[in-house]
Amino acid sequence: MSGGEAWGVAGRTARASHGRLLALLAAPTGDLAGSEDALSAAYEQALASWPAGGVPRNPEAWLLTVARNRQRDSWKSAYRRSLAPLEAADRLGAPDERLEEVEVDAIGDRRLELLFVCAHPAIDPAVRTPLMLQTVLGLDAARIAAVFNVPASAMAQRLVRAKRRIKEARIPFVVPGRQAMPERLPAVLEAVYGCYAMAWDQDGPGMGGAEVDLRGEAQYLARTLARLLAGESEAWGLAALITLSVARDRGRTGSERVPAGPVPAYLPLDEQDPGMWDARMMAEGDALLRRAASTVTPGSAPGRFQLEAAIQAVHCARARTGATDWYALRTLYTALVAVAPGLGARVALAAVIGRVDGPAAGLSAIERIGDGAPWEVRSAVERFQPYHAARAELLAGAGRRAEASAEFAAAADMASRPGVRDYLLRRAADMGPA
Amino acid sequence: MRYTLLLHYPEMDAATLGEEVLAAGQQAFASYAATLHQAGVLLAAEVLQPSANTTTLTMAGGALHVQDGPFADTKEQLGGTFVIDVPDLDAAIEWGRQAPSIEWGAVEVRPGGVFTVDGAWVPNT
Repeated sequence: MSGGEAWGVAGRTARASHGRLLALLAAPTGDLAGSEDALSAAYEQALASWPAGGVPRNPEAWLLTVARNRQRDSWKSAYRRSLAPLEAADRLGAPDERLEEVEVDAIGDRRLELLFVCAHPAIDPAVRTPLMLQTVLGLDAARIAAVFNVPASAMAQRLVRAKRRIKEARIPFVVPGRQAMPERLPAVLEAVYGCYAMAWDQDGPGMGGAEVDLRGEAQYLARTLARLLAGESEAWGLAALITLSVARDRGRTGSERVPAGPVPAYLPLDEQDPGMWDARMMAEGDALLRRAASTVTPGSAPGRFQLEAAIQAVHCARARTGATDWYALRTLYTALVAVAPGLGARVALAAVIGRVDGPAAGLSAIERIGDGAPWEVRSAVERFQPYHAARAELLAGAGRRAEASAEFAAAADMASRPGVRDYLLRRAADMGPA
Repeated sequence: MRYTLLLHYPEMDAATLGEEVLAAGQQAFASYAATLHQAGVLLAAEVLQPSANTTTLTMAGGALHVQDGPFADTKEQLGGTFVIDVPDLDAAIEWGRQAPSIEWGAVEVRPGGVFTVDGAWVPNT
């Protein structure tokens, strides 16, 4: 085998197995940093020996065995230095375990435990998503830092701190039991969703520049989570939501996603060409959503992610039916606002009311957001770009062109993505002078 | 692995609390300690006297200052400690959430670093 082929196999194995292997290595001791070192040493050894000796029948097992030996060696040297007990090493099995004797099926999958460790309540919420990206997907700190728009050194430090905390405070690698699941699962789903939302913000479709397809990674994480937690409807809901949203990526900008291309245009939903959406992925998203619906506990309401996925499904259905079912959207957004009354959901509901009941009804709904709320909430509403964009559209629909123009301009000022800003400025100009 | 549960809560005296509430609180702490003991995880427990009876020592500028009052003068004070020995943080959190004072204050769960056995320091593993 050529060096190139061996690289290829090592790379694919690394990508597909990183989280599985790391979780297995780290679970007995909670030492994520040490396990990462052992695993990268194993990758290095693979690259040194596979090109000459051939890729082993079971590359995953090979890597695991080599990494475990490496861990054992470092424990032994630590033992000599500090007389620390070797208990942890003993829990890993006999030291002379032969390479390749481990079968793939015998390698358990502890990624789920790893996800719950990353999103443990004792871990700073801001570092949960980055930690998942690093430990489950193997992204390095510099790439993660670029996505989160923080200096690489700061991100590396946060990740190191979180890993030290997991080890020193002894956060266990376990999937919470039935009783604790409702408390713990939302944080895990939230962190995976954060990975997706972050990608949307930072490298939106066509933004180019980002080396990592974070949206694809988020989709992969969500699917993995749903498969491992088969009975949790919200996990399926999240997988459906991300899949249905990713399906419409080509279409949001009206052009193919060109890395490092020119500033992408922005197309609102109505103007998107459903012909550009990914039919295969939409079908997969629908199937995930059906799975979510079939796992809902009888008598309980669908959760936030399932509702958001259903909203995406309604938009996707336009590819088949040629029309958007605004009434269905109103029902879904009303339910969403009831279970998860976020600002985004409330603004979207007002916009949908504008479509169904007319701009005046929409305006009255949007202007009620923040009524009676504390000052901080009203101020957050004021700073929320989609609020201004939606209100501007409703004002335009109501024929209040001067006010609409000013509101479009205000929304453009707040837009972080150049394509969105251009679009809003164009809308402001359409309305005539403010 | 040893964890110390540090119970912080606003201090109230018997007069403001009333006899009944005070007795109920004492009863709750008694059964909490008994439960921890029965589970075989309790190493030590102490409910502290009010911070009004605290003396704080500092050695600023090389001279000893002895001062009336607690180190940090805040509404909530350290009111008691429980030292437990459990397998991991989740187990410690589980015991911490059962501390009676969680109803009226915060429970800080802190892993131990080293501790003494017969006067010699031993790492907490």
